[in-house]
Amino acid sequence: MKSARIQYHGDTLAVAVNDDGHPLLADGTILDPEQVTWLPPATGTMFALGLNYADHAAELSFKAAPKEPLVFVKAANAYTGHNGRSWRPDNVEYMHYECELVAVIGKTARNVPRADALDFVAGYTLCNDYAIRDYLENYYRPNLRVKNRDSTTPVGPWIVDRDDVPDPNDLRLRTYINGELRQEGTTADMIFDVAFLIEYLSGFMTLSPGDMIATGTPKGMADVQPGDVVDVEIEGIGRLRNHMVSESDFFRKNQE
Amino acid sequence: MRHAKVEYQGRVRTVTVGPDDLPIGDDGEILDATGLRWLPASGGTLFGVALNYRGLLEARLPEFHQPPYQKPPEKPVLFIKTPNTRNAHQGTVARPQGERLQPGPALGVVIGRRASRVSEQDALDYVRGYTVVNEFSLPEDSYYRPAIKAKCRDGFCALGPWWVDRDDIANPHDLTLTLTVNGVEKQRGSTADLIWPIPRLIAELSEFMTLNAGDVLITGTPPGRVDVSEGDQVDTTIESIGTLRNLIVTDHGGEAKQ
Repeated sequence: MKSARIQYHGDTLAVAVNDDGHPLLADGTILDPEQVTWLPPATGTMFALGLNYADHAAELSFKAAPKEPLVFVKAANAYTGHNGRSWRPDNVEYMHYECELVAVIGKTARNVPRADALDFVAGYTLCNDYAIRDYLENYYRPNLRVKNRDSTTPVGPWIVDRDDVPDPNDLRLRTYINGELRQEGTTADMIFDVAFLIEYLSGFMTLSPGDMIATGTPKGMADVQPGDVVDVEIEGIGRLRNHMVSESDFFRKNQE
Repeated sequence: MRHAKVEYQGRVRTVTVGPDDLPIGDDGEILDATGLRWLPASGGTLFGVALNYRGLLEARLPEFHQPPYQKPPEKPVLFIKTPNTRNAHQGTVARPQGERLQPGPALGVVIGRRASRVSEQDALDYVRGYTVVNEFSLPEDSYYRPAIKAKCRDGFCALGPWWVDRDDIANPHDLTLTLTVNGVEKQRGSTADLIWPIPRLIAELSEFMTLNAGDVLITGTPPGRVDVSEGDQVDTTIESIGTLRNLIVTDHGGEAKQ
């Protein structure tokens, strides 16, 4: 089963989503997916992985794969839903997408061994963990200015129940810009998998329902520009669409 | 005026704080200390700023010209204290087994309303008030990678006991911070030494992140973090604001929670 959060006629609703990707109201009414506002399906803390695919680490000129996960944190200001808008700051050289599998935590987790870890997962969604390389500094890298920008982490469209994803370590990931395939990989190439990451994080802190673990991206980065339609897709999970806009358009609309 | 969030007789209440430091309910009732539990002074996102005191940055400048840093920071060095870190006045903090634990006295700026792209000149209009923060951390050998393991442990960010209205603090950039352990002063600093003063921080952060009512900017810890251990009573005091007390306890490895 799939579940989502939407805004419909001014109400924020938790809904089920059918196999065709249509949200269902509690009374069974089937909604047109283009007529609702898709919200991020979870709003807890996002723990995001850097350099978690060997090919991507090589692409960024890291010679050896990391021995310990590189984890950074996002807060809810960063999220936007399916069909949402993200903005490219004026005068930057390089802003790129990152297609990532996201595990959503379903129950409080502390000191969970790897073997039990998936019991703590409610389901899976995907995100586009955009980055602006111009703003990388060598302090807490990648820093908040690169990774915790308003509306610059699309998440969704929905959460697929854990049990409907038999093997999260064998899923194809793809990114399209304006319909053209630009990135392709498989979660089989992840260095630290979901079960390992839950063990690792819960070994020193408590994870809560609604927290998310974004597991990193394979190689194949490319620049995005205002006007681009950027889709990230994971087999068996969904396809998450985002509209890139300029900084001035984004903030003009936000003021209205 | 001082405001706080407390739990009293099983109910969560937002209260004012009277001259004897006891909370006063809406009806004027004084809530006595028995059965009173102080709650974290704010529930929003907690944004921290590292390396924001002059002495601290200056001491490391030679290192910051070398790899992996190459050059000193150009923007505020920010981090997030995740919600599991929230702690309160009189709350306990567990020292993780086999690790060194260090308190971090800091002035907390509580945001009062939604701030996006706010100018330095207008920034203080968006501030509700100020609170005392103890931003606990493991020692940081390096600032190169995000410090989640050092900073995001359960209970590692105490806020309170209360917040003081913005207009009651004439100059937030001239406040003395002190840390005492078991009554002995161990660390002292002044917000006069902030590298990024509060209005500049609000302008810099709100340039790319929306700040919401209840969010807190943890403006940084002065140089001289010390180690604390089990049984220590740690008091963080900021002049004109108050004293936040925490007790260090043994880490039982964190019970497996389901």
